[in-house]
Amino acid sequence: MPAVEAATPAARKTALYAVHRQMGAKMVEFNGWEMPVEYPCSGGLIAEHMAVRTAVGLFDVSHMGDIRLAGPQALASVQHISMNDAGRLAVGQAQYSALLYPQGTFVDDVIVHRLGEQEYLLVINAGTREKDFNWVQENTRGFDCRVENLSDEFTQIAIQGPKAVELLQKFTDANLAGLKFYWLTQGTLCGLKNTLTARTGYTGEDGFEIYIPSDEATSVRVWNQLLETGKAFGCVACGLGARNTLRLESALSLYGHEISDTINVWEAGLDRFCKMEKPEFIGRAALEAAKAEGLKRTLVGLEMVERGIARDGYKVLSEDGRETGYVTSGSPAPFLKRNIALAYVPPESAAHGSTLKVEIRGQRVGAQVVPTPFYKRPKKS
Amino acid sequence: MPYPADLKYTKEHEWIKSDGKTASIGITSYAQDSLGDIVFVDLPKVGTELAAGKVFGTVESVKAVSDLFAPASGTVAEVNGELATAPEKINKDAHSAWMIKITLKDQAELNGLLSAADYEKFVAEEGGH
Repeated sequence: MPAVEAATPAARKTALYAVHRQMGAKMVEFNGWEMPVEYPCSGGLIAEHMAVRTAVGLFDVSHMGDIRLAGPQALASVQHISMNDAGRLAVGQAQYSALLYPQGTFVDDVIVHRLGEQEYLLVINAGTREKDFNWVQENTRGFDCRVENLSDEFTQIAIQGPKAVELLQKFTDANLAGLKFYWLTQGTLCGLKNTLTARTGYTGEDGFEIYIPSDEATSVRVWNQLLETGKAFGCVACGLGARNTLRLESALSLYGHEISDTINVWEAGLDRFCKMEKPEFIGRAALEAAKAEGLKRTLVGLEMVERGIARDGYKVLSEDGRETGYVTSGSPAPFLKRNIALAYVPPESAAHGSTLKVEIRGQRVGAQVVPTPFYKRPKKS
Repeated sequence: MPYPADLKYTKEHEWIKSDGKTASIGITSYAQDSLGDIVFVDLPKVGTELAAGKVFGTVESVKAVSDLFAPASGTVAEVNGELATAPEKINKDAHSAWMIKITLKDQAELNGLLSAADYEKFVAEEGGH
């Protein structure tokens, strides 16, 4: 009998897909989404990366998901599922956090936005949209709180770089310069009422993420207007390739790499976003126990000191050739002009300056543990 | 024609230019365009024996690692040292940026390779899907 092949679901497209194709973007499938990886018309990945570090870049990140929690127990719901302390959030403030399994490992990382007195928006990864929504619904069942999946309602655009404020200011009366990092505003933007603008991002630069209606006409109009006005600021369209090299230089975690359902908060080095003083949240007990046991592995930054590029999944070895860890993310760093990586290694190999080897296609190539983030944006004078 | 007529080509997107005894080898402009900005090239040492169709090195962009396949058998006689520090030369002019020069083992192997016209057709078909 002929084998019956399961139909692979076709990759999803954002509202800006046609625009990316028209612009000649090189496309790639990422977590079930057909996304631009780089734009030859922007000069390609390295040029896009440099534009974000020196001017401003535009990213379609509509593949990300959005979950709204609203109601009298919205805060209690968030506090139960999220490891950071959402009780600290004023209306209009956001924080980086994570949803954890009872074992203290990651369901996903998330940015929690407090939109109103009893209203929170969780922005989550593309690949975990369904998993996260189901998780949130299941685990907030007992709370007086409405949980809505708004992932398809928004086109999300990131405007990132030192010139982001100047560019976006052209499109709103809100005082963007006065909006602090990790705060948000809801007002008229690009002629659209009640639009969420958050001073957040995944690049290590100043910048904003805007959430506009996901109909194609609106999405295309706003994208094109930003690009057109952005020309004066050196703005270019940027793809997932640059998105990855930018976040790697800034040592920001990527789900499935630095964080996953088999890695705990302490190993990932995300202690400062985990508020153990909260009396209860999913994963808290396991994290207490893990803390008492001590770290068995820890995430470090590596810089190649011999010729070669460490990449995702490559083995890390001690100087004397024993396999001790692995690379979670590795790539050339376009701004730093070095080859960098994040890796899990035993705590005894984690001191800055420790010399290790990375196995690159059978060769053992020298690397050194360095402080992270590899790149930190210059402070405004 | 985008592909020089005096070169021969492989389906793995290498080119080879031979004078009968020796040959230079590189990758095509189609290959460098697919890769994007090239940041690293790993080439064999002088004296290494190459076998036609086997991997002899790698070329890397920020995002990808790509194997280099020998278009013909022979011994590495010269390596382009410039590419260690300026791999972007391949992006600028792929058909001039030779990677290695080899002394050919058997000239006749080149007869099985693609002409510029055949390679252009092959690339058009490959890019089609």
